[in-house]
Amino acid sequence: MNEYSRKMVKVPTVNLLREQDMGKLPVLDVRNLGIDFGGLTAVDGFSITVGPTEISGLIGPNGAGKTTIFNLLTGVYQPTRGSVLINGIDIKGMPTHKVNKLGIARTFQNIRLFSDMSALDNVKVGMHNEIKCSFLASLLHLPSYYRAEATANQKAMELLDFMGLADVADVKAGSLPYGVQRRLEIVRALATNPSIILLDEPAAGMNPSETTELMHQIRRIRDTFHIAIFLIEHDMNLVMNVCEAIAVVNYGKIIAKGTPEEVRNNPAVIEAYLGREEDDA
Amino acid sequence: MRILQYLINGISIGSVYAIIALGYTMVYGIAKMLNFAHGDVIMVGAYISFCVTSYLGLPAWAGVLAAVAVCTVLGVVIEGLAYKPLRGTPSLAVLITAIGVSYFLQNAAQLIWSSSPKNFSSIVTMKPISMAGGKLVITGEVLLTVAACILVMVGLTLFTGKTRTGKAMRAVSEDRDAAQLMGINVNRTISLTFAIGSALAAIAGVLLCSTVPTLQPTTGSMPGIRAFTAAVFGGIGSIPGAMLGGILLGIIETFSKAYLSTQFSDAIVFSVLIIILLVKPAGLLGRQMQEKV
Amino acid sequence: MKKLLNNKAARTNLITYLVVVLAFLAMQLMNSAGMLGSSMKGFLVPICVYISLAVSLNLLVGICGELSLGHAGFMGIGAFSGILIAALLKNTIPNDFLRLLCAMLGGGVFAGVVGFVIGVPVLRLRGDYLAIVTLAFGEIMKNIVGNLYAGTDAEGFHIAISTSRMPLGEGGKYIINGPLGATGIQKLATFSMGFLLVLFTLFVVLNLINSKEGRAIKAVRDNRIAAESVGINVTAFRMKAFVVSAFLAGMAGALFGLNYSSVTATKFNFNTSINILVFVVLGGMGNILGSVISATVLYILPEAMRSLQDYRMILYAIVLIVVMLCTWSPKVKEYLSVAADKALGIFRKKEVGTNE
Repeated sequence: MNEYSRKMVKVPTVNLLREQDMGKLPVLDVRNLGIDFGGLTAVDGFSITVGPTEISGLIGPNGAGKTTIFNLLTGVYQPTRGSVLINGIDIKGMPTHKVNKLGIARTFQNIRLFSDMSALDNVKVGMHNEIKCSFLASLLHLPSYYRAEATANQKAMELLDFMGLADVADVKAGSLPYGVQRRLEIVRALATNPSIILLDEPAAGMNPSETTELMHQIRRIRDTFHIAIFLIEHDMNLVMNVCEAIAVVNYGKIIAKGTPEEVRNNPAVIEAYLGREEDDA
Repeated sequence: MRILQYLINGISIGSVYAIIALGYTMVYGIAKMLNFAHGDVIMVGAYISFCVTSYLGLPAWAGVLAAVAVCTVLGVVIEGLAYKPLRGTPSLAVLITAIGVSYFLQNAAQLIWSSSPKNFSSIVTMKPISMAGGKLVITGEVLLTVAACILVMVGLTLFTGKTRTGKAMRAVSEDRDAAQLMGINVNRTISLTFAIGSALAAIAGVLLCSTVPTLQPTTGSMPGIRAFTAAVFGGIGSIPGAMLGGILLGIIETFSKAYLSTQFSDAIVFSVLIIILLVKPAGLLGRQMQEKV
Repeated sequence: MKKLLNNKAARTNLITYLVVVLAFLAMQLMNSAGMLGSSMKGFLVPICVYISLAVSLNLLVGICGELSLGHAGFMGIGAFSGILIAALLKNTIPNDFLRLLCAMLGGGVFAGVVGFVIGVPVLRLRGDYLAIVTLAFGEIMKNIVGNLYAGTDAEGFHIAISTSRMPLGEGGKYIINGPLGATGIQKLATFSMGFLLVLFTLFVVLNLINSKEGRAIKAVRDNRIAAESVGINVTAFRMKAFVVSAFLAGMAGALFGLNYSSVTATKFNFNTSINILVFVVLGGMGNILGSVISATVLYILPEAMRSLQDYRMILYAIVLIVVMLCTWSPKVKEYLSVAADKALGIFRKKEVGTNE
């Protein structure tokens, strides 16, 4: 690993903020993040800022530590070093559910839907903290319960409709096709009213036409809800087309950061993906 | 000197718990099920030994052998008939079935041997060793129990560590599917685990009733629960853990009865269990599994 | 209303309430017509109690997915606190029905509070470990209540947890007498109250299931990590389910305690916890109506088999094992469906034959 860092090519960090994000507090501000599992360093010195309406990508070879980074950002793992600020608030020591309330929501690489519940109910679970109804009211089904449920149903249906899932609202999540399940996970994440969503390989298992559709939807999410999107993806077509900024990690470290154009032409990135050419060969 | 006496008694009863707990822990490790009928196999073992020695007039060793033989078969039959068909179903379904088996064994014993307690005569004929002017008494039962416990422990450790079958057992408990792919006969390995566990239960039954000589159909339930506690205490699935848990539990029980209160010994033992689990959620020697996200 | 009937969950709930109300009316009718034997009459209150216990445990085991082996502990706390409250309020509230109601609420609150206190540390554990800790807790409760003394004398009310009998002054009267349990209880329990208890339990549990709280609880069961990621405080929801379940078990326990002239702590042991769990599992996890039916049938079954004397419990054990195998084992299920198809096939062939 040490040998690697010596060989690393430094890329000047460009200002990747979109024009409309200038001067605004970044929604995600990660500084020098690192985690060790036992003696193994899985992530080290990871820093990134994501503006309030930015679509950025995290790419890297398999096992580079991408999902571990997502787990660190959402409080599933506690970092060994560094800090994560969401909307300016440090998540240090917070359990996952509190981190979510700061405005970060995510999807999972291996889909984690509530498979026994209907698609609509999955979204309503996502809206949990948005539904204003006391414990006693739900226990006794007071009028406020019915009001809250009606509002929730309406909003959940709107969100499903936004992703083109309105007609499967009553279908059990576990029996939906793979691509639909991925989109449902996005809807569930949106339902928590986040300011940034993390998508972990959203296009995995999708066919090309579904992927194209997903690309439009990702842009539409940002443009409609004015939120930031940070995604891990192996489909380079999607990443290069959708993301405005890209970070590349390998062996738990950032090896390049920049616009798609810059990243594409970066020798370190090419090396990480294709292997290194021996200098003395 | 008194404290030493209590310690010895504690180790003795703890050794019985340890032998029972080994059965629990092996079955849990390999079949991932809480076999609540295990305590009742102890009772069956004790009854068999009792019948062979009292009714047939055979020597004690014959009683023990018969008990081991019957319980081994019983264990395999129970597994094959009641648990095997439920493999892969939620653990709660298997748990309830195990409870059904437990009821069955208790009530069958009641039909065969009636519910009135039998007076179990100890299998040990040795005179107690008296030391320090009679202040410290070590009975033959204590010596035999502790010896049996050490023997079982060493035997099991060698078996799981050195033999092919023992290694297969560990492989199945580690990852059943991978073991199957490696050509290990999973069904046979699980049956074998039940056989060993039940044989141990038979030995524990005879030892238990040699120390506490009343034998009735419910004899096995409380030591069963205690031993189960011991297994969890030490870290369920771990063989040295069951041993450690059993002996510690025996010592805690004896000491709390001696110094704190007889009536509250149950509450004390179980409170210690809860505290241990809160501090070390996987038990003393258990491994903590982390869920992969 | 039409919308309500179209909703599947609402329909299932309606059926559940209807079944319970109809069963109550049928029993009342049969009772007034003198069709019920004295033993059957004696079953009515315990059946209601066990239905409530099964439904409340189903909330924990079936809906929440947490295995508890100490439900009888909460029942016991409810029973003894209920008995105490009923005895102490004898002069304050002369109306039997109101006093029973107070005793049940008190029993529920006590059990709920104990549930909360235990839940704080214990609910950090999961799966089999939670099961063993609830088992341990049940045994501790039984042990403590078995050494609880309470009574009144000229100086007023006394209560103690002690290994030796608590002395009472002049005119002393024990309400709870250590290992001898509560004696001389005034039997306040009625079938109508049992029915109300069942209705209340159903109301609370079904409402909870069909609310945002219920969705969160189910979400936690289905996928804990995903539930956390959408902002659900998993521990808080396990706690809510645990406390509600304990509260309901406490109420049922109070009614149970006030149905007998004497009750000892040993009644609320591991076996009772297990029996309630059996009702839940055989009725179907998460299936509330199933719990109601299985608690009723399985309570009556051993009692109805009394004529078989010694064979009754062994038959019960066999029924239990066979039912478990038939409902869960994939192989047995397959065999049964093949057999059923064959039987139906013969039937159909005959039918076809007659048509020709």
